[in-house]
Amino acid sequence: MTTILLKNGRLIDPSQQLDRVTNVLLKDEIVASLDAQETYADLVIDVTGKIIAPGLIDMHVQLREPGWEEDETIASGAAAAIAGGFTSIACIPNTEPPLDSPASIEYVRHKAARADKCNVFVIACASSGRKGEQLSEIGTLVEAGAVGFSDASRAITNPELLRRALEYTQMFDKPVLNRPELIELTHNGVMHDGMVSLVLGLAPIPAAAEDVMAARDICLCETTGGRLHLMSVSSSGTVEILRRAKARGVRTTAEIHPCNFSLTDEALREFDPNCKVNPPLRSADHVAACIAGLKDGTIDVISSGHAPRASQKKMHEMTDAPFGMVSLETTLGLTATKLVQPGHLTWSQAIDKLSTTPARILGVPKGTLMVGADADVTIIDPDLPWTVDTSQFASRSSNCPFDGWKLIGKATNVIVGGVVKL
Amino acid sequence: MIELPPELESPPVPWTRRHLLDLESLSAAEITTALDVAQRFKDATRDCKDRLPTLAGVTSVNLFFEDSTRTRTSFSLAARRLGADNIEFSASSSSVSKGETLLDTAKTIESMQIDAMVVRHRSPGAPQMLAKNLDCCVINAGDGPHEHPTQGLLDILTIRQHRGTIAGLTVALVGDIAHSRTARSNIWGLQKLGAHVIVCGPSTLVSKQWEKLGVEVSHDLDDIVARCDVLNLLRIQFERQYTRPFPSVREYALLYAMNRERMEQAKEDILIMAPGPINRGVEVTPEVADGSQSVILHQVNNGLAVRMAALYLVTKAPR
Repeated sequence: MTTILLKNGRLIDPSQQLDRVTNVLLKDEIVASLDAQETYADLVIDVTGKIIAPGLIDMHVQLREPGWEEDETIASGAAAAIAGGFTSIACIPNTEPPLDSPASIEYVRHKAARADKCNVFVIACASSGRKGEQLSEIGTLVEAGAVGFSDASRAITNPELLRRALEYTQMFDKPVLNRPELIELTHNGVMHDGMVSLVLGLAPIPAAAEDVMAARDICLCETTGGRLHLMSVSSSGTVEILRRAKARGVRTTAEIHPCNFSLTDEALREFDPNCKVNPPLRSADHVAACIAGLKDGTIDVISSGHAPRASQKKMHEMTDAPFGMVSLETTLGLTATKLVQPGHLTWSQAIDKLSTTPARILGVPKGTLMVGADADVTIIDPDLPWTVDTSQFASRSSNCPFDGWKLIGKATNVIVGGVVKL
Repeated sequence: MIELPPELESPPVPWTRRHLLDLESLSAAEITTALDVAQRFKDATRDCKDRLPTLAGVTSVNLFFEDSTRTRTSFSLAARRLGADNIEFSASSSSVSKGETLLDTAKTIESMQIDAMVVRHRSPGAPQMLAKNLDCCVINAGDGPHEHPTQGLLDILTIRQHRGTIAGLTVALVGDIAHSRTARSNIWGLQKLGAHVIVCGPSTLVSKQWEKLGVEVSHDLDDIVARCDVLNLLRIQFERQYTRPFPSVREYALLYAMNRERMEQAKEDILIMAPGPINRGVEVTPEVADGSQSVILHQVNNGLAVRMAALYLVTKAPR
């Protein structure tokens, strides 16, 4: 029997509405006590002044393996997750081949087990081959362990297919995760359609491309009664559409990535390909609307949107560089610095969006420190100043515009299943 | 070869830039300096016919990833007229298609003791990327729809030669503003020197957003033509458009071509300009393009002087 005592920390567990200073005892793989006396433990970690949080869960990660191992592998991605404070991640299926068969899910789970870092959940393809033509074998994939269905960064464009997916997944109570993007409005776009794109002459991506699809997706969610999760939300219009839908009780949730509340399109002025992401960095009014949406609960989840790209791919001019940035190791720090420090979110709200709610959406028994729950814990030092240094990233890639940024707040210890990983 | 005018022995103040990437970041004083230097080169070389020894020992490279006639030719002639060596680098439309990145291509060329690189690329920011990563001077010869600073300078120089000043003039840029690097460079340069700029074209190619740059937005050429001192007629950039932003070329010409009827509404001394290449019958009819008010070929000639000035200023700037 192995015991770990987390001594004198501020326990914040949104699943039980707890926020108090206490000692937490982990025994083997589970949470044993939230009010442990200072007794003998195999390992005592003094967490005075730090937050004891249910292990953070990132529900939108590109692991790139199989197929794009030059960007990331399952092992390096899982290591980056630990470094960033996450005890669980869910990978989206933009791999080659795409994750649309039990064998491919088994492959990811096997590689993740061998890496032995964080828990890795699989979001499988919603359509066979990610082609957007017919449903993947959703029932079989659920049996193999899939926790959700998505065509990853490719939007499900065919409304009939999305309707069927939202209907069919209800049998298994799994969410459909869709990226709201109308490609006819974005086609060769590089950055947010606004004054900066007008001045720089970079092909624009209008916010309406997101809003139109978000509205369509929500309509289909409402008519089918299915469970829809909007990936990568970034525009004020989408936030407003979501807010109204939620007021009607539609079963839609949504997530945002830290870059979309930390940077505006002004960052593109230096023509840094690391700032080329999709959805694009938007103008300040959109960022403000997204922060308001995070504040009032319209946006449920903060996920990294981790999109590693090997440096040779990003060393191109703006029109040719691929979209994406590595984010696993900066998500917590940016959330703390850009949302908690300025008072937009309390720590309890931030942890809810980084752990409890993603666990609920994916239907995984995580995101809580209830006695008897899995001993997945993230210890956060909320006041720790640190500097982002991409050369020290555990990720294989370093496509990150935050290099050199000074952030406040970092995970200092990460425990997965009762085992110290950081 | 003729004697170098003494005032061109060392770079004039104020000029400290080793790159010419855009007109947005240049001050009015810097733009005026560039125009003055170009004018002096033009005067000193009898319309750029004579050679000067000014840049002897300097090597410039033309690195063009997009087609070009006048810009490319004038940059090579400008280098030679200043006594510099000039090398042409032939590149296909994209370095990526050859498997080499733009940066690697540029670094390879730079390693052959190159002093200045003149870059044209379809991606906005490509010259900025090279300037950041190379030691040599970089001149932007057009980066997608972003900027074309030497085109802006030569347009402004042409206006100044005919009008004596820029301040107080009304200059209209007509056509495909959205996709035009010439429009952007002209807007920055002209406004800094005190001109009133009108951008005119179909609403799909000139949105009201442009007003935030300080320009007047118009969709009706007939409405503005009588007020203009200068009309700069921009080409429709079909190659940069994903879906055609107007119903037909015929309808475009009907609404926006500068023709004889519109010339009758214009001021008598209006200047008709076009950065070229011109599509006769689309943005301008032949009788206007070749008419008495057209200064299109003056622009081309000034291009040589402006490119001499650009090469001179950046290579002589303090490191």
